[in-house]
Amino acid sequence: MKHDEHPDFMVDEIGPPSGLCRRDFLKLLGGGIIIVVSSGDAEAFFQERGRGPGAGYPSDFNAYLRIGEDGRVTCYTGKIEQGQGAITALPQMLAEELEVSAESVDMVMGDTDLCPWDMGTFGSQTIRSFGPALRAAAAEARAVLLELAAEKLQVPADRLEAKAGTVYDKSRPQAKVTYAQLAQGKKIERHVTPKPALKKPAEFKVMGKPFNRRDAKVKVTGEAKYAGDIRLPGMLYAKILRPPAHDAKLKSLDTSPAEKTSGVRVVRDGDLIAVLHEYPDVAEKALASIKVQYDRPEAEVDDKTIFDRLLKSSPEGKAVAQGGNLDEGAKIAALSFDETYLNSYVAHAAMETHTALAEVKGDKATVWASTQAPFRAKDEIAQVLGFPPQNVRLISPFVGGGFGGKTRNTQAVQAARLAKITGKPVQVAWTRADEFFYDTFRPAAIVKIKSGVSNSGQIVFWDYQVLFAGERSSQQFYNIPHHQTVVKGEWGGGASSAHPFDVGAWRAPGSNTNVFARESHIDIMAAKAGIDPVEFRMMNLNNKRMQRVIQAAAEKFGWTPAKAPSGRGVGVACADYVGTYLATMAEVEVRKDSGEVMVKRVVCSQDMGVAVNPEGATIQVEGCITMGLGYTLTEEIHFKGREILDLNFDTYHIPRFSWLPRIETVLLDSPELAPSGGGEPAIITIGAVVANAIYDATGARLMQLPMTPERVKSAIQSL
Amino acid sequence: MQETIRFILNDKPISVSVDSDRMLLWVLRTDLGLTGTKFGCGEGFCGACTVIINGEAVRSCQYPVKNVEGKKIMTIEGLAGNGRLHPLQQAFVEHDALQCGYCTPGMILTVYSLLLKNPSPTPRDILQGLEDNLCRCGAHTRIVQAVQTAASLMKGAVKR
Repeated sequence: MKHDEHPDFMVDEIGPPSGLCRRDFLKLLGGGIIIVVSSGDAEAFFQERGRGPGAGYPSDFNAYLRIGEDGRVTCYTGKIEQGQGAITALPQMLAEELEVSAESVDMVMGDTDLCPWDMGTFGSQTIRSFGPALRAAAAEARAVLLELAAEKLQVPADRLEAKAGTVYDKSRPQAKVTYAQLAQGKKIERHVTPKPALKKPAEFKVMGKPFNRRDAKVKVTGEAKYAGDIRLPGMLYAKILRPPAHDAKLKSLDTSPAEKTSGVRVVRDGDLIAVLHEYPDVAEKALASIKVQYDRPEAEVDDKTIFDRLLKSSPEGKAVAQGGNLDEGAKIAALSFDETYLNSYVAHAAMETHTALAEVKGDKATVWASTQAPFRAKDEIAQVLGFPPQNVRLISPFVGGGFGGKTRNTQAVQAARLAKITGKPVQVAWTRADEFFYDTFRPAAIVKIKSGVSNSGQIVFWDYQVLFAGERSSQQFYNIPHHQTVVKGEWGGGASSAHPFDVGAWRAPGSNTNVFARESHIDIMAAKAGIDPVEFRMMNLNNKRMQRVIQAAAEKFGWTPAKAPSGRGVGVACADYVGTYLATMAEVEVRKDSGEVMVKRVVCSQDMGVAVNPEGATIQVEGCITMGLGYTLTEEIHFKGREILDLNFDTYHIPRFSWLPRIETVLLDSPELAPSGGGEPAIITIGAVVANAIYDATGARLMQLPMTPERVKSAIQSL
Repeated sequence: MQETIRFILNDKPISVSVDSDRMLLWVLRTDLGLTGTKFGCGEGFCGACTVIINGEAVRSCQYPVKNVEGKKIMTIEGLAGNGRLHPLQQAFVEHDALQCGYCTPGMILTVYSLLLKNPSPTPRDILQGLEDNLCRCGAHTRIVQAVQTAASLMKGAVKR
């Protein structure tokens, strides 16, 4: 199957719960009190993306919880846990509204037979969009429990109060009944479209409190199960024959050497050629013995010439923001700027490669897969196997890192095909080289910015064009009278054939590119105008939330104003990301002879509304900063034509312990604002903040990510 | 070549009858069902497959099973004793020193061997000791803190 048939976020063809009908589904759960709620916020999410409500999103069914007869509460969600910490924060949201302890909540995640439909876990949406639905379900459950208690205790409901899983008569605290007692022998279903009467932040007891990860214990003992850890009797391990390049055509194939190994089975099914064995390493060795030749077209492009090709294949532009008149702006500018920013392709490189185990029995399939989008995987598998969707169950166990890469489910489809053909359960676990080949990459992209500054240091015009990174974070938030933002092409793979291989979502898609360009450019203007970069930003901002995060970062960092380059090696960058505001400051040391950059300290202040789990949010900021150093300093995919030259971590360099800066996080309390996401924002400023700090240290301006020692050295030498 | 290999695995003597050129990682994960040891890169670059052999941290994806004959192996499953977490595991939990958790067994066992040799490591020692263990989520800061806590909890005694 071609990836293009499943572009990211293209949900129209993927329907609402295609499996069990709701009634069957709820029957499975047994007794207790079950609350089913629709998420109004899901509609807002789609409107934001230019899609009407109901565009494939189920309107009646996407969150629910059950209060069991033992008093334990189970939350069923199609969201998955990939390290981002939803498994800890979601129970907090539920517990808050239901008036139970977070510890009494069990999570069932990413199982398409047990959990309501969900689009997938990406885009920092879990807390922002799914959270409110879950809270509403919990608030409704509490209301039901109060009604039941009123009957039981023979007092009006308004005299009752719920606390820690028990309902009390406010005037007679000895008259009480627990949730477990209320759920006893009950089979109550409530379906509500909430007009949520949710708690106000001042009433929070569980949300906003730091909680340690709930999954830590099973992860430090090795008990935690990932897709590759599931075992079924008689299962085979498959290794896939990977062509040397995406455009290589099979010329000859001799699988007989592989078949000499006892127990090996070779499957050829169209484009899928696999070697299977009861041991994965034996399968891999047998695969290596296959004699195969390919025809390869001449390589037309590589990692150096790609930017010319992208410029030439630039798609139609779409103005996403406009104001004033750029010509007028140019007339009043005292200083004018015209710069181009580049970034290379980068890989997700999660430590767990794409993995799946599939079992096909008759016309039913069960697949355990490392996926961020279990429901999408289910539908893809059903389509490829020719099964009705309700006959496919997809379970996403713990995912060993996704970062957008596991929104594609190629490995799960491969496993399902092989299981159907062989009649045995089949595991497909990509090798690291497979991962670098079949994974999607963050697209190489280009940003062109023309701008002008007045004599008084005001930015007077801003003409911004982004090619191939997409819209997110492309719109500037400064107070600029004459401006235009044009987006040419999106980050998804389906939109363009300009890329030599498939591209897709990579942690905060589009934003890393856009923020690197914008915040580098702001600094270029500040330096030319002779104004401290923090002051320059403040004087060009009206946005109070943005000013507040910059001030907070400056205080923590101990920023002292100076014109850049000051020789100190300090930098600043700020951004917004789907409702979260942040400012980052960094200090770097640059070795001028080698071009090596050491990031010594990073301060990030973040305003994400209510931080549901401040501990979890802080960890995400630290993770973003550390991971962000990779695309900033070293990570780029090397390729020749459609052949990927990076096959493992010896040439593709991700951050290591020795790179570690001192990281300080400031979470700004914004109790009046709804919680927004934290898994992505802090990664998006790292490119610019380091580029700006390198400039401050050396006077050399880096226009391309990653800022490898060679590029830094060459920029310094050309001063 | 098919051979019977005898060794001590997590304090229990065992023997396996296998092609002795196979790598220990796959024998552990497949033949012995100990899936806490992870595959990350297959070439010894990432450390996800780290196990302890006679006190040394070893990349099991590069270690032929024939070489374990007569040796003592500890995998992540063998670190907690009698249901009680080892101080290192406890410290990783308390510091939230993990996200997706996939690199965690390899991190913990690499540190285990580091602390055997150097019970009071400086932050620099810890960074150097973990330099070739990769974590993609960016839990590094917390891992360093956890190792410092564990080292002081253990007060120089690595025995649980």
